[in-house]
Amino acid sequence: MPEMDMMKKVPVREQDPKERAKNFDEVCLGYNEEEARQESLRCLNCKNPLCVKGCPVSINIPAFIQEVKNGDYEKAAQIIAKDSALPAVCGRVCPQETQCEGKCVRGIKGEAVSIGKLERFVADWAREKGIRPVLEASKKGKKVAVIGSGPAGLTCAGDLAKMGYDVTVFEALHKPGGVLVYGIPEFRLPKDGVVMPEVENVKALGVEIRTDVIIGKSETIDELLEEEGFDAVFIGSGAGLPMFMGIPGEQALGVFSANEFLTRNNLMKAYREDYDTPISCGKQTVVVGGGNVAMDAARTALRLGSSVTVVYRRSEKELPARAEEVHHAKEEGICFELLTNPVEILTDEKGWVKGIRVIRMELGEPDESGRRRPVEMPGSEFEIPCDTVIMALGTSPNPLISSTTKGLEINKKKCIVADESNGETSRPGVFAGGDAVTGAATVILAMGAGRAAAKGIDGYLS
Amino acid sequence: MFEILEAKLLAEKIYRMTVKAPNVARSCEPGQFLIVRTDEKSERIALTICDYDREKGTVVIVLQAVGASTMKMLSLKAGDSFADVVGPLGRPSDFVSEDLEEVKKRRYLFVAGGLGTAPVYPQVKWLKERGVDVDVIIGTKCHDTLIMEDEMISVAGKEHVFITTDDGSYGRSGMVTAVVEDLVKNEGRKYDICVAIGPMIMMKFVCKLTKELGLPTIVSMNPIMVDGTGMCGACRLVVGGKVKFACVDGPEFDGFEVDFDGAMKRMALYKTEEGRKLLELQEGNTHHGSCGA
Repeated sequence: MPEMDMMKKVPVREQDPKERAKNFDEVCLGYNEEEARQESLRCLNCKNPLCVKGCPVSINIPAFIQEVKNGDYEKAAQIIAKDSALPAVCGRVCPQETQCEGKCVRGIKGEAVSIGKLERFVADWAREKGIRPVLEASKKGKKVAVIGSGPAGLTCAGDLAKMGYDVTVFEALHKPGGVLVYGIPEFRLPKDGVVMPEVENVKALGVEIRTDVIIGKSETIDELLEEEGFDAVFIGSGAGLPMFMGIPGEQALGVFSANEFLTRNNLMKAYREDYDTPISCGKQTVVVGGGNVAMDAARTALRLGSSVTVVYRRSEKELPARAEEVHHAKEEGICFELLTNPVEILTDEKGWVKGIRVIRMELGEPDESGRRRPVEMPGSEFEIPCDTVIMALGTSPNPLISSTTKGLEINKKKCIVADESNGETSRPGVFAGGDAVTGAATVILAMGAGRAAAKGIDGYLS
Repeated sequence: MFEILEAKLLAEKIYRMTVKAPNVARSCEPGQFLIVRTDEKSERIALTICDYDREKGTVVIVLQAVGASTMKMLSLKAGDSFADVVGPLGRPSDFVSEDLEEVKKRRYLFVAGGLGTAPVYPQVKWLKERGVDVDVIIGTKCHDTLIMEDEMISVAGKEHVFITTDDGSYGRSGMVTAVVEDLVKNEGRKYDICVAIGPMIMMKFVCKLTKELGLPTIVSMNPIMVDGTGMCGACRLVVGGKVKFACVDGPEFDGFEVDFDGAMKRMALYKTEEGRKLLELQEGNTHHGSCGA
């Protein structure tokens, strides 16, 4: 390896953009051992490590990087495992640039240490060597039910199992993993290669996962607590119902929510010829929205053979998606129409999408979110021809659980009200966290909430 | 795995299956549905619940082979298993949670079209068990495609079941709407509420008629679904000018408010893909095009 510039990250290898635009294999190839060792040397092992403060689950980052320097990857994995049940997932999908790496002292003068890529290296190494977390705690003889097997639920379940609780996770879909399985595409987060082994690790701690059970329908939280002998419940049921714009033409054939498009492709594996679930993706796709889900939908449509334009009403600076995702999308050839907002979806005589009418926007005064409010520019409407429109506008909470649980307070936005520090809801013994509480956010924030709730549940049951 | 305890052919391409699914059976009510996935590579298919036995933990589904996935389901026999059966999904029929004394004051008219006979059955059974009188019209193409006649008669009573066939090969002759008109206009029967379940086109025309008759009508929508829990929005339809999700807001809606034309259009979405898959299943992989091709 050539002499390295300590101000810069060791670059990570990626699939060539032209190549990867045609397949669903993972884009980022990760560090090999030598690259990881090189990168680890950049860590200053700060006495007061700010990176740890930036991590929602407070992984002891300098300590694990120290073990990478020493070449003791197993020990590095053990250090991470104390705080994270899903390191191979987090190493891939966490927005490190605004969390651990955003706080890294190295980042002041140069580039932050590539903490995410190092975490990924350690987690992948441990998985490939077949190293599993070990269970040390003695049994407490108390039962906890966890609703949802996404990042919040898995983290909460893993932590509780480590403390000695009997944990049963209830999952509505046929496969555990939640958004890690139905939402985030294979090319960012391999399912069989990365997600399932981490789910297996949680199971190895003694957690039972029951798929195909819809809490709120098959049985209620009241029944779990009153009839089935659970001592506490954690709700990590996720975000919910996809939102639409309410513009003319939205019911047209060829208009999808990003959730539907991604679920068909990721959970149901519609991109594979040997799976039955169909996906309808044309040759020209417009994705509306600027978050990570919009980028995932856009890059998925591209891989299904469509040209793709992302339409977003604010400017590039306000794009809520991770910079890395936007960068990858552009590299792959996705176009961006920024400061542009749809006003109507145009249809042909058979009801299929044939285009989208949009209007240019300019940024006005800041709104309640602190971002400058986009304002329509009169007379600037134009049409973008397309045959598929994917709406990636966020979600509103699913009423399934809140409407069937007695005494569970919800807020104006219909999210479950829960204490951020311990997950407590208005109902004793019922805790909640993740998107069900915050509305759509990130994997790691959901994990942080799952962790906090595990501590809260332990406090409640002790 | 969810074992199929019984599989019986009811008519051409229409099967009745009894499936072990305790999680569904313990809490399902009339009006709700479930989702079945045959095996690892299959679609999730939404199906109405035709009957259930809480003690035995079983549910009864009736399904018709229309595409590749339902063909695959029908190739299974008693003793085989589905990979997944999940439910109950959707909201139960309104009468389940209404004051029973109020419900008892009403006269219900059920209009079942074809496969829609299956989801009508548990509603009729529920009401009759509680002493509510109902009339049931079953419409079908011909005598051979008629299903569940005996079951319906056994719960509703022979004098309350009216069969009509499009070709006149059995029972009355003609569309269900003609029978509704006969019963109300010519035979002077009085109803307070109509529940119509069947093909969308049938529900549309029943609603057109019952609106003229001033008879409030509930319909059950069965659009394309993926997860069935409110996550994907594939099942959205316009009701009373607002976008609703059939899986969490329905499947039953006020028939006078439903945009049937829009809903029928959306059903066409995967027709070509479904057709392609079916041909592939029957003739081998010769019809596969890539996305957008």
